Order: sequence, then C-alpha cells, then structure tokens
Amino acid sequence: MSLKIHQDHARFKAIVRGKIKANLRKYVQKGEMLGKKGKDAISIPIPFIDIPRFKYGHKEQGGVGQGDGEVGQTLGPGQVQPGDGHGQAGQGEGEHALEVDVTLDELAQILGEELQLPNIERRHNEKIVTQRIKYTGINTTGPESLRHFKRTFKQALKRQIATGTYDPKKPVIIPTREDRRYRSYKLQDLPETNAVIIYMMDVSGSMGDEQKEIVRIESFWLDTWLRHQYKGLESRYIIHDAVAREVDRDTFFHTRESGGTMISSAYKLCRDIIQADYPKSAWNIYPFHFSDGDNWSADDTRQCIDMLKNDILPGVNQFAYGQVESPYGSGQFIKDLREAVGDQTNVALSEIADKDAIYNSIKDFLGKGR
Amino acid sequence: MPKSLTPHLAKLKDEVLGYAREFGLDFFETVFEVVTYDEMNMVASYGGFPNRYPHWRWGMEYEQLSKGYEYGLSKIYELVINNDPCYAYLLESNADVDQKLVMAHVYGHCDFFKNNFSFRHTNRRMIDEMANHATRVRRWIDKIGVEKVEDFIDRTLSLENLIDQHAPHIRRNPDPKRAEDEAKANERVEGFKVGREYMRGFINPSEFLESQRKKVEDEKAKAKKFPERAQRDVLYFLLEYAPLEPWEADILSILRDEAYYFAPQGQTKIMNEGWASYWHSTIMTRRALKDDEIIDYADRHSGTMGTRPGALNPYKLGIELWRDIEERWNKGRFGKEWDECDDLRARGSWDKKLGAGREKIFEVRKHYNDITFIDTFLTPEFAIEQKLFVYGFNDKRNSWEILDREFRKVKAKLLQGLTNFGQPIIEVIDGNFENRSELLLAHKHDGQDLKGDYARETLKNLQSLWRRPVNIVTRYDGKGVMLRYDGQNHSEKKVDL
Repeated sequence: MSLKIHQDHARFKAIVRGKIKANLRKYVQKGEMLGKKGKDAISIPIPFIDIPRFKYGHKEQGGVGQGDGEVGQTLGPGQVQPGDGHGQAGQGEGEHALEVDVTLDELAQILGEELQLPNIERRHNEKIVTQRIKYTGINTTGPESLRHFKRTFKQALKRQIATGTYDPKKPVIIPTREDRRYRSYKLQDLPETNAVIIYMMDVSGSMGDEQKEIVRIESFWLDTWLRHQYKGLESRYIIHDAVAREVDRDTFFHTRESGGTMISSAYKLCRDIIQADYPKSAWNIYPFHFSDGDNWSADDTRQCIDMLKNDILPGVNQFAYGQVESPYGSGQFIKDLREAVGDQTNVALSEIADKDAIYNSIKDFLGKGR
Repeated sequence: MPKSLTPHLAKLKDEVLGYAREFGLDFFETVFEVVTYDEMNMVASYGGFPNRYPHWRWGMEYEQLSKGYEYGLSKIYELVINNDPCYAYLLESNADVDQKLVMAHVYGHCDFFKNNFSFRHTNRRMIDEMANHATRVRRWIDKIGVEKVEDFIDRTLSLENLIDQHAPHIRRNPDPKRAEDEAKANERVEGFKVGREYMRGFINPSEFLESQRKKVEDEKAKAKKFPERAQRDVLYFLLEYAPLEPWEADILSILRDEAYYFAPQGQTKIMNEGWASYWHSTIMTRRALKDDEIIDYADRHSGTMGTRPGALNPYKLGIELWRDIEERWNKGRFGKEWDECDDLRARGSWDKKLGAGREKIFEVRKHYNDITFIDTFLTPEFAIEQKLFVYGFNDKRNSWEILDREFRKVKAKLLQGLTNFGQPIIEVIDGNFENRSELLLAHKHDGQDLKGDYARETLKNLQSLWRRPVNIVTRYDGKGVMLRYDGQNHSEKKVDL
C-alpha cells in the first residue's frame, strides 16, 4: 500500500515541477509571489492541474449557510467554502488554479536546472553546529514554562468528573500536581556553512518605485538560490544616497530618499561590515550592489574602484553589480566598472532593463558558480 | 500495513456492535482495520480503497491530506467503504473513546449502505472490482506507456461527471427502450391484429397500412439523427460511438463504472452523514460512554458538528433533520390536522404521544435521497431553528453576503444545489450535428451559467475523444450561446433558444 501512493505522489510532484518549470520565466518576473512567501515555502498557482469540468462558478451559484446575521450582512473572508460535495476539492477562492506549496529549496533547484546554474564552489567549508529545539509531544513532567494549559485543565476536568467532584453549576476546575501536562522537546543538531549577502542599493531620487521593485524581485531569487547553496545564510542591507547607512530588510526595500549619489559611501560601509563581522577565513561573502548607474563624480567612482580592488574583491566570493535602467540615469557606472574590474573572475555585472530582463540577469549573477 | 484488531479493540468492537444491533441497525459484516496516520491518509487518498489504478491525482490528494494533518488543520477520523463486507479504518493512536465513536458512526453508515435504495444497485464487491480496474490500467500502461494512458485518464476525468446521476443504476446494454420501440413499429406496419382472415381488408385497409408504413419510415429517417432522444449518460454515448482505441474504451468504461459507484454517495451525503452521526451520538450517550470519557466525546462530537456561516455541514444539517423527524413523529406533528393548525400556542405544545419517531426514521432512511429528504422534511420551523440562509456574492461590494432567510428561498437553493449533485445537467443532443459527425451537447440551463474557462477546457478534452468538432449549447447572461471547439480553435456564436 505504502509503495503505491508514493509512486502516485512522486508523479504528482513531477507534474507540479514540470508546470513550475514551464512557467518559471513568468514567475520570476512577478513580484506578487514574494508577498505570499512563508518562512520556508511559497505557494505557487499552477494553471490547470485542477481537472476542468462542466461546472458552475461558485460565485454565480451561491449557496445555503447556517448561523446568525441579518440579511445583507457580509460573511467574513474564509467563511465561505465552495459547496462541492467532494470535500477536499479546491481551497478557498483559488478556483482558477491550484495553489501548490513549494519549498524555497525546491524552487531554487528548479531555478538552477532551468537557468543551468552551476553549484557554487564554496571557499570555506567550516561547519558551525547550532542546536534547535523541536517540540515532540506531551509529558507529565517538565519545567513550568512549558506547561500546556489546555491539556492540564482538560486532565483536571476529567479527573473531577471521574471522581464525582465536578459541579456543573459551579464549574470550577483546580488542577492538582498530577494533572499537569508539559510540552516535551528534543534538541537537534544542525550543521551550517556560513555565508553572508550584503545588499547595497542606491535610494537616491533617480531610483523610482519600478526600479526598486526590480531590485526586490531580483534579490528574492538571489536569496533563494544562495540559501539553497548555504544553509545558514545571513543578510545585511545598506542603502545609500550621498551617505550610506545600514538598515533592516523592510526599510531597505521601502525607503525613498532624494539627493545625490555617492556610491563610495556604501562600499566603505560594506568594507567596514566585512572587516568587523565576517573574517574572510570563515565566511563566504557576497556583496550585491544595485543602482541606476549614476554617480556623483568621476572622482567618487575612482574611489569606489580603488576600494573594490584593494579591500573588497580580494576577500569575497563574488561581487555583483546590477544596473537598473532608469529614465534619469546616465548609466555610466557599469561602464567604468567593466573597464576597471570587468575581467576579474569574481565580479559579475548585469544590466537590467526591465522586469523581463530579471530572468537573464539572475543568470549573469549566478552563472559563474562562485 | 493495516493490522487487524488488537484483543482490546476487538472487545470494544463487540461491545459497540451489540449496541448497534440492539437499536435495530442492520448492516453487512463490518471489518475494521487499524492503520497509522500515514496509512489513513493513503487509503483516504484512494477514496478508501486499498487498491486503485495509478494516477497522479491520488498523489495530489495525499499531499493535501498529509499537509492538512501536519498543519493541524484536519485529521481523518473515519473512513468506511460501501462493500460486502464493509471495510472501515481505525486510527492506531486514537483513544478508546474515539474508537468507540468511530465504530458506532461506521455502523450507522453500513446500515445506510445496506438499506438505502440508492445503493441497491451498487457493486458490493467494489474492493475486488477496483483492484481489477487497477490491474487493467496497469496492463495498458505496460503496453501503451504511462504518459499516454495517464494523459487519456486526465482527459476522461474531465468528463467524469457526465453520467446520468439519477439513473437508478448503471446501464450496460443498449437502451432497452429502443428495442421496445422497434417492436412497436413492426406491429404498426402489419396493422391491427386480425381474428378472422376475411376481416383483414376491413380492419386494415391498404391506404391505412400504407400511411402507417410511411410514418414508420419517417421515424426511421429521423432516427438517423442519433441519439434518438437526448442522452444524459454522455460517457455511455462516447463508449458507443466515439472512435476509441480498445484500450481507450476500456479505460473509459472503468472510469464510468467508478463514477456510477460513487454517485449514490453524492446523492445521500446529508442523509448518510446525518444518519451515522445520529447513531454515534445515540449509541455513545445512551450506552457506550464511560463517565471519564464524556469530555473527550463532547469535544469530538462538537468538532464534527461545528458550522461556519458560508458552508453547510452535512453532518450537522443531517443529524438535526433526523432528530427533527423523530421528534415530529413521536409527537404527531404531521398530517392534515397539524398542517392546518395555525394557533401558535397549540403548535408549541402539540404532543399526541405517538412515539412513532424511531420507526419513521428507519423507514425514511430506506426510501429517500437528499433531494426528496430535504423536499419532504425540511420545515419552516426547522429552517428558523437552524438559522439557515441563502448567501450569494455581491459584485459591487466584492464580498459574500447573506441574501435571504425566507423559507421557500432557502429550500429552493438547497434543492438546486443538490439537483444532479450540484452539477450542471448536460445531454448529448446530436452525434451527427449538421450531418458532419460533429457532437452537439446541450446544457439544461437552470438559472446558473457554466464556468466559462472550465467549459472551454472541458470541450477540448471532449474533442480529443470525439476527434471531430464538438459544440455545446448553453446560456450566458440569459442569451443562448453555442460554444465550439474544432480541435484547434474555440469559437462561439449566438443561438436562439
């Protein structure tokens, strides 16, 4: 019995995978997917794995429900379920397509296969072992902080009823020592390889919402791939206009500043972060920088290049620069970089004209396998 | 692998079995098997059958079930198959009180399977039949290749609901009415029966015979248009007339068999789940419960009975209706006198102490299906008490809302949802449409439009079996439309209805 369902399950997964692959280019361009991101999994709408039939649309059909409420009252989201007699049929309003949960890891694999990305050659393989707590069940002993209140009270209620001391008119329940129940747990060892991504983005006035959206989508895929390669990945975020500062992820994607652009400020901060927190002997380091290619002055650009050559490039796996096209920028910076460091093996440069270009740009960034 | 009952569970089973018999339940022998969560999810994915033909959708089902369990959203408690003997599954890790509840519930289902008229023609050896189907499909896979077979199954599944849902049972032979009609036609050509030979000229004058002959001929010409009358069993029509390869026909007939086997379960969901719930609650609360099990039982029972506004829980609606019927027949709240009484106080205290409730519900469980059950026994009082309402989608506000609490509308909506198992009624009208071997279907429109994108995809699948262009006449926004797929393109045109 077990064998058979696993065959059918594997077959289903293969089909889903095929559908995702076939639609990957579309998914890559779409930002909406990021919003649905859970911790480890993402749900992807798969067109037509639901078997089409002659049927009514639930919205046209309506139905009969049960409960309080005046005529005209709105039913809350999630309360309405398509009344398909088959039970498990669809989920909520996802009528058009089936939503399938795919782990980010699997998504990365698919991305890798489709873009033919090489696996990253790790510079460092030191393993750090962390421990994680996994709750496994219920125990009769344990620390008070792990007491399971519902189970404890239920146990007490059972005892009181069984011994006849429960009074429905005065339903007071007092757990005794024996009634207490605790969550039990196990410690698991998790090996990790260290890697860090340092995202840098130009948030000066010339970077519009569309440009930032592109950065957001692209960095999601870079993140996903690197996370697949390294369990235990850290991310740091730097935004800059004329000055640079480190921010959290949310701020990184949603800040809008005006004013000039001094890219060197970001590189300086990046260099300092690496020096302070990520000794190159133990970390795989990935600085990714996005801008529209406009820098304040040729002098500043020279500073950037010096810093890259002397401080940053020698210690990192790969430095990547993505230039997002904007109506305001001259797009000069990538040319300067290309000239100065373009032939270095651990430099990846990519121009991203629009959302359609993200797909190929990912390949520019990750295609070197570094 | 499923295990048979432990001595302890066997003892519990004997106990519950005794109560079920005591209350007069009548069922096939029922075999309980003990399974783990994972095994339960597997069996459930196969619709309860340990052996099913290989297909990815069981895997999809399994994915959803096991995920639902992992996230703590759902857990399958009971699973029972209509078969003789009945098979049912018990979760290994369940507490005694759950096992007893499940057993009592299962006996309710088995009683229903055995006695309700809708199941009379179902195959009671379906476990074996399913295994045979699996073998047949596997054999074709070995011969034809998994991709082709699976692809054909996908396309056929898309048509799976196009059977005659309310036919008493699956028809395997050509329409018996056809043979009957032919016999009648012959009779007419020969004229009336003549007792004495010399009377023949007077009883059957030659002009009369001639006109009869002509009539029959006309009818035969008309019959060239096939099917002669609209055919609801679209799958059967395809089996008969579509240019299928032997392996395709075999698989189509397998899927049709299975669709007919499951049809009665769809038609009696409210009755059947209600009946099983009625019996688990009766058996548990009157007999099987121990004092210290009450809390867990109540927890479980109320979990099953929970409702939310935008969905109808068949367990809840069913059990309440059964109880309502029992009470009404116990108190004599039915018949002319009751119907005509409009004195509220008299109605409220009406009790003729007939005590006929139990007997009545046993009778009802035999002769009704969900439609007739609701149609006959849903009363205005019941609808108010159960707070039933009609809901619909408000496009302007982009939300679902309560539309109506009026009894007649609630009942009509309920019945509409149950008619043809909530599926549109589709018939084959013409297998030689416009004399070009095209297929013409008609949707009997009852106020609801077909889901357009699904309809087009389904037409595609239908076309791949029929191999000639296919058409379906339906209505959108009140206007007649014929959708067409010719193998390459979809098109649609207005038609007058």
